[in-house]
Amino acid sequence: MIAWLRDLLRADAVGGAPASGRHAAPPVRRDRPSSTVVDAATIGKPGGPSETLARQLALVIDLNVCVGCHACVTSCKEWNTSGSAGPLVDENAYGANPTGTFFNRVQSFEAGSFPDTDTIHFPKSCLHCEEPPCVPVCPTGASYKRKSDGIVLVDYDKCIGCKYCAWACPYGARELDEARQVMTKCTLCVDRIHDESMAPEDRRPACVKACPTGARLFGDVKDPDSEVSRAIRERGGYSLMPEWDTKPANQYLPRRVTAAAGGTSEERRDLGEPRRGR
Amino acid sequence: MNPAFSVIVFTTVAGAAQGLVVALALAMLGGVAVGPAFAARALLLAAALLVVGLGASFLHLGRPERAWRAAAMWRSSWLSREVIVLPGFIALVLVWWLAFRLGAAAAWTHLALPLAAIAAAALLWLCTAMIYACLRFIEEWAHPLTFVNFVLTGLASGSILAVAAGSLAGEAAFVAALAPLAVAATLVACGARLLALRRNAGLRHRSSVQSATGIAAPRLVQTSMGMSAGSFNTREFFHGASRATLRTVRIAAVVLGFVAPALLAALALVSGQGVWWLCAVPVQVAGLLADRWTFFAEAKHPQNLYYQLAG
Repeated sequence: MIAWLRDLLRADAVGGAPASGRHAAPPVRRDRPSSTVVDAATIGKPGGPSETLARQLALVIDLNVCVGCHACVTSCKEWNTSGSAGPLVDENAYGANPTGTFFNRVQSFEAGSFPDTDTIHFPKSCLHCEEPPCVPVCPTGASYKRKSDGIVLVDYDKCIGCKYCAWACPYGARELDEARQVMTKCTLCVDRIHDESMAPEDRRPACVKACPTGARLFGDVKDPDSEVSRAIRERGGYSLMPEWDTKPANQYLPRRVTAAAGGTSEERRDLGEPRRGR
Repeated sequence: MNPAFSVIVFTTVAGAAQGLVVALALAMLGGVAVGPAFAARALLLAAALLVVGLGASFLHLGRPERAWRAAAMWRSSWLSREVIVLPGFIALVLVWWLAFRLGAAAAWTHLALPLAAIAAAALLWLCTAMIYACLRFIEEWAHPLTFVNFVLTGLASGSILAVAAGSLAGEAAFVAALAPLAVAATLVACGARLLALRRNAGLRHRSSVQSATGIAAPRLVQTSMGMSAGSFNTREFFHGASRATLRTVRIAAVVLGFVAPALLAALALVSGQGVWWLCAVPVQVAGLLADRWTFFAEAKHPQNLYYQLAG
């Protein structure tokens, strides 16, 4: 059914004018009314706009609105297990101890002490570091960072499964696929975001499209006017483990301060939606 | 980290082979009288050990048939450099062996090739150690002691192996010359390893669950790692052994790897019976395997901060 829908979308996009009733333009397009679609179609190609790291595609995760539903996890798995690289393994899927390869995980943390506690759902995938420690250690060159858009990728045909890149990633973002015995990781849905045969609003990572609360923003963090750059700037976006100077491209938007998290409760309307009662 | 048996065997066995070659080279350079037949056999033993190590390293790969690709990134990757230096070192050892077999001039067998072998062994130790020491956020490894310990444990086990082989072959001059080196290397290696163990025991890691998540609350605990039954992240980076097991293995490593071989060596020197050298070899190998297991198991990867609780 999913594949059928995808085919339908492709046929639709190739078929010319978008059908009426399609979703309104995604936020990224609202910020950059003239160029986003063109950029998505041409970058990474000879003669495209950038060969330097003038672009850095990334996710921004809003910890205020993630509800921990795992829709991003399952949609990521669905998209990436159906791709040309082959399925992501699921071992013992219906047994007592199921395990498998995922590019994206949602974890949960509890902050503060009872009764002043906050549960924080914390999605984690590859952060597409600007100084990725996983890349230089790779002995075969299978791990690389794309100049055109800053995405860190693995060439599955060159990977020897030595796991050294996973050792070199402080975030645990890489998972060895036990069936294929090659290292896998988040690709930012590189096979979606540049696919001209898809409708423009579908040229976003599967996790971003799936998130029901809009906790995942996607865009170019090097473009100061992009939605992600504005969110980082205006809402205190931060990096994970800044102590290791990996310069993660993905950023997180902090919970607005509450008593449980060590401050006073406050509602700051300038930061977006008002916080609902606690 | 979860110690991989293949890597433990590879680094321990190859280290001993490197030490054996260096011990032989030092004897040659020092003008010790060594029979060419014994020297050739010792070199063949070293080459065989290195090949065993190379084979063990293949077992660590998910796609061993693509191993040849690993030489590509020598400009940036210490693993790639090791992949180049190891076969080069094996080839050099075999050339030296061939030089003995063919009766080459002493300028080759007793000067040029020993010097080259020492340099290559040192380079290989550097590559192997830097594979671990260059990972700056694995703080147990990111220290010069990692290199020092790889060199010293290799020298200790290699020189004891050399003396044991020499006593078996009746090379009295070789045994007499190298026995002090073997004892000294074992004792110094023990000291350096104890220093590293002490450093690791007192290490305060830079990363915390707060820096890993950016959530500043002083009490911050994971309630779910996002899966019910583990993943690559829980299999590769957690050894699953209890603290008591870690402690037992650590003690066994120091006792069997360094203290017992030194005592057996002393016994051999006092009694004049070479059999004690032969006893020291298996004891030390077992101890150094335990020591390398400890080296991996003690390393706390910062990714573990994200994988504290299944659910």
